[in-house]
Amino acid sequence: MADPLIELIDIEKHFGPVIALNGVSISVLPGECHCLLGDNGAGKSTFIKTMSGVHKPTRGRILVDGKEIAFASPRDAMQAGIATVYQDLAMIPLMSVTRNFWMGREPVRKTGPLRFFDFQKANAVTMEEMRKMGISLREPDQAVGTLSGGERQTVAIARAVYFGAKVLILDEPTSALGVRQTANVLSTIARVREKGIGVVFITHNVRHALAVGDRFTVLNRGRTLGTALRGEVKPEELQDMMAGGQELAELEGSLGGTV
Amino acid sequence: MTDRHAQGAAQKPAQEPAQAKSPPSAAKPAADIIADERVRKVPAWRKALIRPELGAICGTILVFAFFAVIAGNSGMFAPEGIMNWGVVAAQFAVIAVGACLLMIAGEFDLSVGSMIGFSGIIIALLSVTLHYPVWFAILAAFAVAIAIGALNGYLVIKTGLPSFIVTLAFLYILRGLTIFISITTTRQTIIGGVREVAAGDPVAWLFGGKVLGGLFMWLADIGAIGKFVAGPRAGQPVVDGIPVLIVWALVLVAFGHVLLTRTRFGNWIFASGGDAQAARYVGVPVDRVKILMFMFSAFCATVFATCQVMEFGSAAADRGLLKEFEAIISVVIGGALLTGGYGSVVGAALGALIFGVVQQGLFFAGVESSLFRVFLGAILLMAVILNTYIRRMITGER
Repeated sequence: MADPLIELIDIEKHFGPVIALNGVSISVLPGECHCLLGDNGAGKSTFIKTMSGVHKPTRGRILVDGKEIAFASPRDAMQAGIATVYQDLAMIPLMSVTRNFWMGREPVRKTGPLRFFDFQKANAVTMEEMRKMGISLREPDQAVGTLSGGERQTVAIARAVYFGAKVLILDEPTSALGVRQTANVLSTIARVREKGIGVVFITHNVRHALAVGDRFTVLNRGRTLGTALRGEVKPEELQDMMAGGQELAELEGSLGGTV
Repeated sequence: MTDRHAQGAAQKPAQEPAQAKSPPSAAKPAADIIADERVRKVPAWRKALIRPELGAICGTILVFAFFAVIAGNSGMFAPEGIMNWGVVAAQFAVIAVGACLLMIAGEFDLSVGSMIGFSGIIIALLSVTLHYPVWFAILAAFAVAIAIGALNGYLVIKTGLPSFIVTLAFLYILRGLTIFISITTTRQTIIGGVREVAAGDPVAWLFGGKVLGGLFMWLADIGAIGKFVAGPRAGQPVVDGIPVLIVWALVLVAFGHVLLTRTRFGNWIFASGGDAQAARYVGVPVDRVKILMFMFSAFCATVFATCQVMEFGSAAADRGLLKEFEAIISVVIGGALLTGGYGSVVGAALGALIFGVVQQGLFFAGVESSLFRVFLGAILLMAVILNTYIRRMITGER
């Protein structure tokens, strides 16, 4: 088994008197899709924000490529190859796909002492990267607002991959999407994984997780309840662990297994 | 039910996109793959037409056509008539460029009008009353104004208050200070005599007077433009050059347009106004961009003020009243979104042109000048409605 790209060990995070995380451990291997499951309030968001440098852990260690590291800012994490695609903050709908794709990292072309945005290069790369992800843009200067929710997530993922992400954290990428768009995003995850990038896929939808996941870690009330390999665990078990058990089982019975 | 479908679709993700898009056939070049049946092909003419400035372009054509009909033989489109509304439009354009970039970056500056009065008084006070050289007075006015612009921006960023409120406070603070300073030092609200002290100054010519005088003399000699036939200026061309204010307007519009659409900083302006948080997450220095745009807005206001002081030879504490709104109206007619992230400098310049032509055109047409506001309000409303439709077409907003 390859060495993990990133490893978080016994992470604790306290906000004043509130213990948001109380000993969470996870590791991400190259080319795997590691699903992080948990109900609302389980600590998923706090945990990925710790992983992406937004929060500093109160206790615990973060290892990148086996070396201990402390992120001072999201930029540090990005530099270390950890990219995060946030559910609603991924893209600016008023701006073109190219402008979004290169936002903050615009290529420049020098003309004498002046430096201009190199649209020729930017457009060409954007079209090519989007094509690799299976999205055919009408034109690179079409606004992101004209894309569907799934396509927007895919642009954000393509951007992270192009800029050298080794670990890609996806924060509930499918929660606001329709059926087909969800499928598109899941297939994008599969493509990204083939490049050897480790994907952390946060969701509370067990079925989406099982569709692409290699390993599954369940968070409940700020703790990891353990990590299971694909094939070792049944959907019902994951669902149970997420919800913390009993009452959901009863509820599920009365709803005829549709939850 | 929906969830069952979701399950089915989710179980086999790899095959799914092949159905969503047409299957990529290896033999065809990449461009042929485009075949999402839900995306209509857009003809090239339509793409060229559907742009942020379209509303302003239509408005400009409409306004010119209107005045060509009702004031066509009043001299409005003769050289001196063109200079007349050209200068007024240029005044609006100078402050509109600053307001436009700032609005696209997601902020307002309501202190522009007060800043114009303030900068003007600083120049006149330092040069006429305190006998400093004019170049020093002008540089000092720019330095103070830009510093106040930076303070505006700093307060907006640090407090998180809407710029509407912060700059509204400065609208009052600066206007009050201007009147106070002017009255306590000179016992009046108008300081004259600037033209006399500015003669031969190494910097003042940049803001007053005209350029290309020789060209216009030549044009008059060959009969392309008329000459005065009587009076003290008999024999001189009726238009003896292009006011530097128009040059400033053109330079600022060109600079703003290139900066916004062709540079990396321009992308940051769009991003800061479009979604500041998303921009921060990818490393755009949003705070710096916004503060710089407040400073640029103050710079533009001071260019306006300096040109006005040089033209009139005086500064007055009540100059620039309501200019902030006129700048914002020009920008909005030009297609910019009030909440930021979208807009065009060229559009704002056309908005300023519409503004200038309407204001002076009604005078040429001999229409009651109070109708100017009625007309302007109507144009504003029409342009904004049209702009909203255009923007939705471009950005896919619903």
